[in-house]
Amino acid sequence: MGLLDQRFENSNIIITSLDNLLNWARLSSMWGMQFGLACCAIEMMATGASHYDTDRFGIFFRGTPRQSDVMIVAGTVTLKMASRIKTLYDQMSEPRYVLSMGSCANCGGPYWEHGYHVLKGVDRVIPVDVYVPGCPPRPEALLEGLMKLQEKIRNESLAKKKPA
Amino acid sequence: MLTEFGRVLIFLIVGVVFVAGGLIFAWLIRPHRPYPSKLTTYECGESPVGDTRIRFNIRFYVVALIFLIFDVEVVFLFPWATVYKQLGWFAFWEMIVFLAILFVGYAYVWRNGDLDWDKPAPKIPRYERGVGVREQYLTEEEVVV
Repeated sequence: MGLLDQRFENSNIIITSLDNLLNWARLSSMWGMQFGLACCAIEMMATGASHYDTDRFGIFFRGTPRQSDVMIVAGTVTLKMASRIKTLYDQMSEPRYVLSMGSCANCGGPYWEHGYHVLKGVDRVIPVDVYVPGCPPRPEALLEGLMKLQEKIRNESLAKKKPA
Repeated sequence: MLTEFGRVLIFLIVGVVFVAGGLIFAWLIRPHRPYPSKLTTYECGESPVGDTRIRFNIRFYVVALIFLIFDVEVVFLFPWATVYKQLGWFAFWEMIVFLAILFVGYAYVWRNGDLDWDKPAPKIPRYERGVGVREQYLTEEEVVV
């Protein structure tokens, strides 16, 4: 059906408040895809564990793409993994977001020049919303990236038509 | 005034409305943009290979059957164990007879070789002395394991 989904040309007071409500709900429960690719995943686990505790932002990790909103690409994306990441991204339900974590996922990192088996940035296969620099980024950096993503979601409109 | 089961009815109605309401509301407002790759069944990033209906080896049949028989036997042993003290020696000999009959079947199956998982015999290449560089391989009849 999708009664709300990109159906409205102009925003009015109802649409805007509805958007605010939906966005607040979505940014307060950004469930992550549970998968790690390399050493960045260790930092991601640390972020999810009790010390940094992403649960306080409503972020926790799900084992299936159908139930997750945010894909945290944590680590080196090898060419072999790239097609899998694409499939997993495709299987996530919309609206979906991608956070690229660490130099490898951002641009290939140390494998930029001679990494014959590394994808030079995960944004070559899937659209990325937030890049978190670092090798690997500290949990604080990942948290800042997630908060940047929250800001992005806060300013979005699901109901408004997107420019083609 | 509500009866006790009236409350259960109200609980049931609220339960159904709560779940159905949530599902219907979500169906009304959620984005609906399906495409083939999104609808693939396997959720691990791998592409599914082959059919979901596969054939099992026929040798599992006997194993499954034997398992079923002894499974039921164990299930029968539990109630027997609970009333054993009340029934006394009669129950003991009854169970011994029952187990004896089953063990005759078990021995038969064992003797018959149904418990053996026959593996294909490996073909071991053998170098024939004095033939030079030419290697001769044993034929299937010559293989002794």
